[in-house]
Amino acid sequence: MKIIVCVKQVPDTSGKVAVNPDGTLDRASMQTITNPDDMNAVEAALKLKDETGCMVTVVTMGPPPAMGMLRELMAMGADSAVLVSAREFGGSDTYATSQILAAAIKRIGLEPDDIVMCGRQAIDGDTAQVGPQIAEKLGMPQVTYVAEMHKTGDTITVKRMLEDGYMTIKVQTPCLLTCIKELNTPRYMSVAGIYSTYDKPLDTFNYESLKDDSLIDPATIGLKGSPTNIFKSFTPPLKGAGVILEGDGKETCEKLAGILAEKHII
Amino acid sequence: MDFNLTREQELIRKMMKDFTENEVKPIAAETDKTCQYPRENIEKLFNLGIMGMIVPKEYGGAGADDVSSAIAIEELSKQCASTGDIVATHNGLCCGPIIQHGTEDQKKKYLPMLTTGRKVGAFALTEPNAGSDASKGQTEAKLDGDHYVMNGSKIFITNGYVADVFVVFAMTDKTKGTKGISAFIVESSFPGFSVGKHEEKMGLHGSPTAEIVFTDCIVPKENLLGREGKGFGIAMQTLDGGRIGIAAQSLGIAEGALHEAVEYTKGRVQFGKPISKFQNTQFTLADMELGCEAGRLLTYKAAKLKSDGLRFTKEAAMAKLFCSEHAMKTTTKALQMFGGYGYTKDYPMERMMRDAKITEIYEGTSEVQRIVISANMGL
Repeated sequence: MKIIVCVKQVPDTSGKVAVNPDGTLDRASMQTITNPDDMNAVEAALKLKDETGCMVTVVTMGPPPAMGMLRELMAMGADSAVLVSAREFGGSDTYATSQILAAAIKRIGLEPDDIVMCGRQAIDGDTAQVGPQIAEKLGMPQVTYVAEMHKTGDTITVKRMLEDGYMTIKVQTPCLLTCIKELNTPRYMSVAGIYSTYDKPLDTFNYESLKDDSLIDPATIGLKGSPTNIFKSFTPPLKGAGVILEGDGKETCEKLAGILAEKHII
Repeated sequence: MDFNLTREQELIRKMMKDFTENEVKPIAAETDKTCQYPRENIEKLFNLGIMGMIVPKEYGGAGADDVSSAIAIEELSKQCASTGDIVATHNGLCCGPIIQHGTEDQKKKYLPMLTTGRKVGAFALTEPNAGSDASKGQTEAKLDGDHYVMNGSKIFITNGYVADVFVVFAMTDKTKGTKGISAFIVESSFPGFSVGKHEEKMGLHGSPTAEIVFTDCIVPKENLLGREGKGFGIAMQTLDGGRIGIAAQSLGIAEGALHEAVEYTKGRVQFGKPISKFQNTQFTLADMELGCEAGRLLTYKAAKLKSDGLRFTKEAAMAKLFCSEHAMKTTTKALQMFGGYGYTKDYPMERMMRDAKITEIYEGTSEVQRIVISANMGL
């Protein structure tokens, strides 16, 4: 059994968000972090590893500096890592990215009892599309918004956290799960992990190594093959201070209704 | 010449920065206020392998280098010097001499205890009449068949009332002066071992300091560390290494205070502008930054020399002396920048200033460091 975790290096939005003159994100000038939901996916995989002794492989698509992130995840306990990196893959939107990652997962190899895990969504795009699209491309079941999970044999019982409640369902492996922060608290790297991380295998999949897969069609990968194009990125202007109406009487309600009507909200 | 940290050292820094921010910072003020030993965080530091990180892999540690160990203590001390002190003592003063001078049997028994076994370590040298002049210790250990009988007491022992394993120095032959001192590994469970007074201190409130007492304490003969009569050398050599830990702790305190001062002065507006825009503030902050950089270089150099197996006595003394005095200066000046607020417990400055003071005193006072440095100048 093995678990493949897809992770993304994202700009640290707790700092300043920098935008290039052409409207794209100036990633080079921003600090990067591992996408927070992806950290929950890694932790879930490592917990299963602690329980079952399975192998955990982390996969990312990105430029070579993303190898630093992969080493950190292996210092947390992942056994191996794959960097998917090629000029041809640059500028991919979620559709193209999921095709490339699905091809990478196929190359790593999926056994009947394997699991693919992703974070729910990345904090830079907030689309929550890549995980589900990978599952579609690989033709396997998917469960999103995983807040709790237990594995018994080849069945995983998952508690999904929805806006208005929980849904508990069972899914058979191989499957793909997208994880949310309520699932766990990611562990820190350990000293022993740090001192062994550079001895662990880190493979790079470039265009040459994936191009024979039917999913890698030059017409549907990279910037040119992406159906979505970023028109403009910008930092929204700060909102002004809100108005707080005191009191719970009819007069206050009428005042509130008046303000909302004035702004054409109601 | 390379001033860059290794890839592993960079990761240790990142790991400890995250840990300190998430786990240490939120409880630092409360730890100080209640004088509570930060037990949960020390447990977590065992889990992460920070406690005993320098212990070789074959004995349960991670085999980390001394620069990494210094970085870990530095990062912890940015928010809580007590936690930094507990780790520095465990790693440098207890694991250190056992790694260096222990027999194979001693290493196999005690080093796993101090790492995966989660037993806290301590170092017991100081006595009421033997502080800077460590040769005047009165604690005695007399050989009686297959064990030594130890009598006496030690004071100001860091980790004193929480530790399970102590490296203790006692006279085995009072007629020989320093050549009559021997080192022992003593467990708190040995018959005749007890903990005396818990010290109430000016600072480092989370660091458990106590007197320990030996009353006909039975120490197995095989727990003699090194050869009989070689204890003074072991103590001095251990303190050389320990000083790198205190240099790192002091450096962390200074860096923590500098960070607080920068953030505060950028936000504090007086006379129509942030006080960080006044040249007097800027020059003071510049001096603090300069001292931290110099201290960092001195500390990492001493740690690197130690890791490389080279002589580092003078360098460790210089790092400890410089960093501890810089921590005191920086916390004092940073508190001044906070004005009246700095004097209150609403801000961490007064805690940092109280914590800084001890670094000029323990593991060799500033005066002792100057003796060590000048003694290594061929004067």
